[in-house]
Amino acid sequence: MKILVAIKQVPDTATQVKVGADPRLIDTAGITWIVSPYDEFAVEEALRIKEKRGQGEVVAVSLGPERVKEALRSCLAMGCDRALHLNDAAWNGADTLATARALAAVIKQEQPQLVLCGRQAIDDDMGAVTAQLAELLGWPCASWIMEEAVDAEGTTVRAARQVEGGLEVFDLPLPAVLAAQKGLNEPRYPTLKGIMGAKKKEIRDVKAADLGLGAEPSQLSVVGLEALPPRPPGRIIQGDVPTAVKELVRALREDAKAI
Amino acid sequence: MASAFWCIVEDDRQGAPKKVMAEVLGAASRLGGGPVEAVWLTDKASDAGLKQLGEWGAGKVWLLENAGLAPYRSEVWAGALADLAAQQSPRAIFGAVTSRQRELVARLAARLGVGLAADCVALAMNGDTLVATRPVYAGKLIARVTWAKGPWVATLRPNVFRPAEAQPGKTAAVERPAVSLPPAVMKFVERREEVSTGLPELTEAEIVISGGRGMKGPENYVILEDMGRVIGAAVGASRAAVDAGWRPHRFQIGQTGRTISPKLYLGFGVSGAIQHLAGMRTSKIIVAVNKDAEAPIFKIADYGIVADLFEVVPELTKEFKKLLEK
Amino acid sequence: MRLELSEEQQMIQAMAREFAESAIRPIAAEIDREARFPHETVKRMGELGLMGIAIPEAWGGSGADTVAYVVALEEIARVCASHAVIMSVNNSLYGDPVYKFGTAAQRERFLTPVASGHAQGCFALTEPQAGSDATNQHTVAIRDGDHYLVTGRKLFITSGREASFALVFCQTDRARGHHGISAFIVEKGTPGFGVSKTEDKLGIRASDTAELVFDDCRVPVANRLGEEGQGFRIAMGALDGGRIGIAAQAVGIATGAYEKALEYARERRSFGVPIGQHQMVQWMLADMTTAIEGARLLTLQAATLKDAGKPYTTAAAMAKLFAAETAMKVTTDAVQVHGGYGFIKEYEVERYFRDAKITQIYEGTSQIQKLVIAREVLGS
Repeated sequence: MKILVAIKQVPDTATQVKVGADPRLIDTAGITWIVSPYDEFAVEEALRIKEKRGQGEVVAVSLGPERVKEALRSCLAMGCDRALHLNDAAWNGADTLATARALAAVIKQEQPQLVLCGRQAIDDDMGAVTAQLAELLGWPCASWIMEEAVDAEGTTVRAARQVEGGLEVFDLPLPAVLAAQKGLNEPRYPTLKGIMGAKKKEIRDVKAADLGLGAEPSQLSVVGLEALPPRPPGRIIQGDVPTAVKELVRALREDAKAI
Repeated sequence: MASAFWCIVEDDRQGAPKKVMAEVLGAASRLGGGPVEAVWLTDKASDAGLKQLGEWGAGKVWLLENAGLAPYRSEVWAGALADLAAQQSPRAIFGAVTSRQRELVARLAARLGVGLAADCVALAMNGDTLVATRPVYAGKLIARVTWAKGPWVATLRPNVFRPAEAQPGKTAAVERPAVSLPPAVMKFVERREEVSTGLPELTEAEIVISGGRGMKGPENYVILEDMGRVIGAAVGASRAAVDAGWRPHRFQIGQTGRTISPKLYLGFGVSGAIQHLAGMRTSKIIVAVNKDAEAPIFKIADYGIVADLFEVVPELTKEFKKLLEK
Repeated sequence: MRLELSEEQQMIQAMAREFAESAIRPIAAEIDREARFPHETVKRMGELGLMGIAIPEAWGGSGADTVAYVVALEEIARVCASHAVIMSVNNSLYGDPVYKFGTAAQRERFLTPVASGHAQGCFALTEPQAGSDATNQHTVAIRDGDHYLVTGRKLFITSGREASFALVFCQTDRARGHHGISAFIVEKGTPGFGVSKTEDKLGIRASDTAELVFDDCRVPVANRLGEEGQGFRIAMGALDGGRIGIAAQAVGIATGAYEKALEYARERRSFGVPIGQHQMVQWMLADMTTAIEGARLLTLQAATLKDAGKPYTTAAAMAKLFAAETAMKVTTDAVQVHGGYGFIKEYEVERYFRDAKITQIYEGTSQIQKLVIAREVLGS
């Protein structure tokens, strides 16, 4: 079974993020880049499916500038077999739809039986690519999955998606798209052997023209980024616990009108 | 005529629209960009539900009532909704950030070939276009985004937008358009209900109580649940507490958990790591109780008490009880 | 000159850090307190390839290099010095010489399981009367047909109880002095080979430090590493590499303690400001980080020379000397920055302080390193 995992490189959560000289973009100086955490769940699940079936191929794919190769390299170190890098200025500023179109085009070429994504990338937090890919490909999709099982024949995947109040379990005929939620698995660390072997694996550059795509303006564009306005300074309530608690309740009721 | 602002109805699956719909309808009305209409896909609508949507300001309800719409499946819903949109050409399509709507509108936007802004916290008309505001980069920045063309598709974060005030007696015209459903591809197997805590759902609750590493162990959450019952709050946890196995992941607040925006957030023994703040910093009032005066959560808290949570929580529950019994 | 880690080295460093933070940090204080060997995490280090970093893949290793070993070891030591020494001994003192001097059959049997992390190896040179004076070996191996009969005691052997294989140095020809020393691999369970005690230590308490006893232990000739009389050379070569490992361990210990001091200096307030605003504290922090950078660079230099196949004995001695002294000084000052809290176990910085001390002692005391360096500069 061939599985394709779409991943995104994002700034590490702990990294400082500032608005750049172009106020529509962030200042990338000094940023530590990582594979978006949900995407690691997707990579891990793909590897587990392959290992469980004892055969197959896991292909990592990502769209973005040259630095994205580092993220793909770490997927290869985790155990993906090869990687595709959608690396073309035509995709600068791509919104979720442009990204999904590029991914859908590469998926049509690769013809995997299963596509896994993370629930959302932790930079722009859109969480849209999975469903948009499914739509463009005409495939079923299940978002925020907590469990999955591909049947022995490799024709159906049973997926449990997280919804308000519980889990909903569906059988999806393959090919299908799944979005991994935290709790699906615990991603492995790349082993040293995996890291050393990663450089021998292929990361192939894919241009828009290779997919028969041209430059397309994004349907959604960023007008501007701003730092979050600081919250007004708070108040530490002093005094012994009973006094402080009484004052807190009074303040919540009378000043903040929050209760 | 592309003029209507559509609000996709999120319901309780029993025929009643959820209260987040008052927020979505309220936000759409206040934009003043066109008539506000609800679009309700369901297997069973109720008269009370239709009445409710009217009172919340929907001038019209497009009702797609069909047994094939339950359970929710994106390929069915998106297809039906896209057909209706093609017939009616709405100016905007808004949903709420819920498990099915965030997936549904993404699929719909791809079908319609238009932009999607998910998880918006503000909307404004700028001349003839809509500009949405949404937090990005773990809430460290906010982005203003706009669309190349309509319909403008967006989801709205619950508890952020001021709800429409119900106008008793105001009714919506109900239209039942002829839309055929695409065949379902996904086969429903089962629904596994979570063990109910009897407390509100995390993302919907107006008050959220959160317990962090300072809770010391899973057995102590019962004191937070006691408080939750008194004030009608949901009880969540920080990643540290979830990763320690004290609470199931569905209770996690933060970047790799749920994003919440309640009117009141009460954090006990929560340090306030960036990744937690990402999930709760748009809360209106933040209260923090922590032994450590240097805990980062105090930097964003409106009210803080530097003390042992195990002394504060019972006392606070007692005081809340007194207040609410008045 | 380029001072930049390769992409692989950076990835290895990041993996080691993540592993240390998530798997080791939560247990570090507890295993120190209980002096408990961390079997579970050591097994996982083996699975990750951290127990045979520079050994080729053909022999169960990871096929990386000494620089990768140094950066990974530093990350582990930054969180727990006990894990670091377990890793260092396995890689440098056992894996390295068995790879370098072992025949294909010996590598297959004695190296592959150790480099792949399925078993551990230890290095048994020190004796009750032979510490710094390693030439003074009393353990003897007497040839008896296709076996040797080994008799003697080895002291302070890291991983001595846990290891499945011991690299043991014995006198095979007393008349020839250190040219009469030979190296043997003795398997756990060989009759006549036992572990008599485990030491209760000041620091690196979760590592296993044991006394090995050999009593007419029959060791096959096939287990002799290298030729008769080559043992001292093998031991000294292994220690050169081991010193790079201990230097990396010391840099890691110093870094871990420094980070704790830095955090504390930002948070703790006195006289109305964070104590980091006081010049005396700033002064200490500046000295700490400068010394750590220096020690790190010396360590990486020694590793780079080793990887390039160039002589590195002096560079390794300098790195070990400077890093160990730095670790002791930095951890002492880190406790000082913490004031009274630094003396309390809850604040953990005292663990770094206790762990640092051994780096000045084992695999050649600081005094021995000075001797090695002085001999080199004097050309004697």
